[in-house]
Amino acid sequence: MIDRPIAFRNARLIDPASGLDKPGGLLTVDGRIAELGPGLFAYAAPPGVETVDCKGWVLAPGLVDMRVFLREPGQEHKETIKTASLSAAAGGVTTMIAMPNTKPPIDDVSLVDFMERRARDTASVRIHPMAAITKGTQGKELTEMGLLTEAGAVGFTDGEVALADARLMRRAMSYARTFDFLISNHVEEPALAAGGAMNSGAVSTRLGLSGIPAAAEVIMLERDLRLAELTGCRYHAASISTAESVAVLRRGRERGLKISAAVAPYHFTLTEDAIGEYRTFCKVSPPLRTQVDIDAILAGLADGTIEIIASCHAPQDQEGKRQTFAQARIGMVGLETLLALTLAPVHDGKLDLVTVLRAMTCNPARLLGLDRGRLRKGAPADLCLFDPGLAWRIDPERFRSKSKNSPFEDHPVKGKVMLTVVGGKIVYDERPNEA
Amino acid sequence: MSAAPIVFSHRHLLGIEGLSGGEIASILDLADRYVRQNRQIDKKQNTLRGRTLVLLFFENSTRTRASFELAGKRLGADCVVMTTEGSSIKKGETLIDTAMTLNAMHPDVLVVRHQDSGAVNLLSQKVNCSVINAGDGSHEHPTQALLDALTIRRRKGRLEGLTVAICGDILHSRVARSNIHLLRTMGAKVRVVAPVTLLPGHIDKWGVEVHHDMKRGLADADIVMMLRLQLERMNGAFVPSLREYFHFYGLDYAKLGVAKPDALIMHPGPMNRGVEIDPEVADDIDRSLIREQVEMGVAVRMACLDALARHLPNLPAGMAK
Repeated sequence: MIDRPIAFRNARLIDPASGLDKPGGLLTVDGRIAELGPGLFAYAAPPGVETVDCKGWVLAPGLVDMRVFLREPGQEHKETIKTASLSAAAGGVTTMIAMPNTKPPIDDVSLVDFMERRARDTASVRIHPMAAITKGTQGKELTEMGLLTEAGAVGFTDGEVALADARLMRRAMSYARTFDFLISNHVEEPALAAGGAMNSGAVSTRLGLSGIPAAAEVIMLERDLRLAELTGCRYHAASISTAESVAVLRRGRERGLKISAAVAPYHFTLTEDAIGEYRTFCKVSPPLRTQVDIDAILAGLADGTIEIIASCHAPQDQEGKRQTFAQARIGMVGLETLLALTLAPVHDGKLDLVTVLRAMTCNPARLLGLDRGRLRKGAPADLCLFDPGLAWRIDPERFRSKSKNSPFEDHPVKGKVMLTVVGGKIVYDERPNEA
Repeated sequence: MSAAPIVFSHRHLLGIEGLSGGEIASILDLADRYVRQNRQIDKKQNTLRGRTLVLLFFENSTRTRASFELAGKRLGADCVVMTTEGSSIKKGETLIDTAMTLNAMHPDVLVVRHQDSGAVNLLSQKVNCSVINAGDGSHEHPTQALLDALTIRRRKGRLEGLTVAICGDILHSRVARSNIHLLRTMGAKVRVVAPVTLLPGHIDKWGVEVHHDMKRGLADADIVMMLRLQLERMNGAFVPSLREYFHFYGLDYAKLGVAKPDALIMHPGPMNRGVEIDPEVADDIDRSLIREQVEMGVAVRMACLDALARHLPNLPAGMAK
């Protein structure tokens, strides 16, 4: 089906890849960006074409979210591919990278096919799976990486499970190096983290909860970087949380390694104090840390040490969170708060808008080899239109996601997605009525 | 006994953290009166007549459960004990479901023990009655700290200015945490003595002195409080062996010798004789307060029930003023 052209006028065009940040317009034709530039449609909308008046809001490439936990197949009561995609569209996310931790895990060509088909049939945004490195994410045998890639996998990770066996990780990286596949790991040494429910420190001592030391992350990250150096593999640390990890990454980049890392917005928004009296919505992996870590992460984002911001969207049902802290499930939903939470340090003057947009558009797209995340003639018309200054309060009850496990209820934010476009088609429209 | 005025304004007793010195003293004063009552032949009164007390124990316990049950009965309440053995909790019912089910039976006070930190806190948010924490994971065990304080105060006449050494498995101990909060609030000097593997991180930030050597930790102490070391934590897990642990951290007369001549010994029980404490020391009637602690336990729990019941709605007939 060929979509009708749409003309965007009065926009603040931001293309993070080229650094463009100017008022202008954009035209989509047949699902692609046909034209864009400063001054385009400045005086008049083209006749006979659907026109969107952007009112000076930011028109950026649609966000590419590199870490999303889908619950289909296996736990559809928490989230389906369809509800996740609605949630993504509401968050300005036009491409989701799905983690393999479904039931069963995405470790086989047939499961990649299943996901692609379900995405095609039910999703309003683009979805690409990262397949498991090891069968069943069991950390024992490698998956068919080559065939999985041909089927559509964009990289390999055991998702929320850390690959502990150093020898197997080395093999996986060596093999991946053959084809230049991306290998990603959950950077947490499982033996050191075993039994832990939160950051190890004064708060865990007070609450009587077992802690996960920052060293559990740093040890795994340092090991992985050594293996990346040994094998020459492209490596991505899935989600980091500590100040020391930022320092380790910085040194790794100085050594010229092909490495990258992502951070979730909650890791630069909340400290372990948010757990308060055992708030299970704040149970995430890696755990919430301290202000020192937040400051280092923001510095790492500012200087490009951390290239990627990902939501780490992890839906959980009420049952899974209405438990004691030790028993509660891990993760929070994040697709619909990704942009707003990320804009907070921008409004505070700690990061600039183009930098954070780069971390959610062209950077992940480049790593994954996807032709997305840019405003460029001929590129797919995946767009996100947002009002960067609009103040609102997060209300999980209004999330499109099936799960509402977010600790950000009533949290004040600034910046709201108004319109999301995937392949030239409007998939989300929350523009105020022109009445 | 007429209702003495007390300073205590909480709906639940979930922990010592957050209680003021005045509130703690008030509970101890009230408990003192119950000690006298418990030594009489007629131990029963009507303070909680018509009230229902449910003891919900997710974790095995003999003395705490018996202590609460006696306390409730001596105050005239109807007591029901529920344990997880053979109950629906083992069959997959969640903590919240259990709480809702019990809530529907209109208890007035719920006494809960659970193996997870924060479980009692969570439960208290889901019920209408008062909740007493009878021990949650490694978090708090407030009535134990109160009974320890009562025991100390009755023997030493005060808490303020005393040096209390808490020795052993601090890491996993809710008793240690509650005692540290209480003793610090009441102006005592607290030391913790343990190998590093049995100390939680950042414990030094709690205003306690940290020692790894028993003789230094016990020097001039007024009170030596020993903690139980769970058997599964020995044998190479947290300490290399029972023998090595007793050698360095077991309380015997040699180590006790450095404490004040009138230093007293406490233990929350149940004891591992020959592991954390020499049986001779434990049974020394001049030094050991271990049995007295058990006696104080009933009185303190009566005081806690009494204090909480004063804030319950609908004073029972005969109590209305």
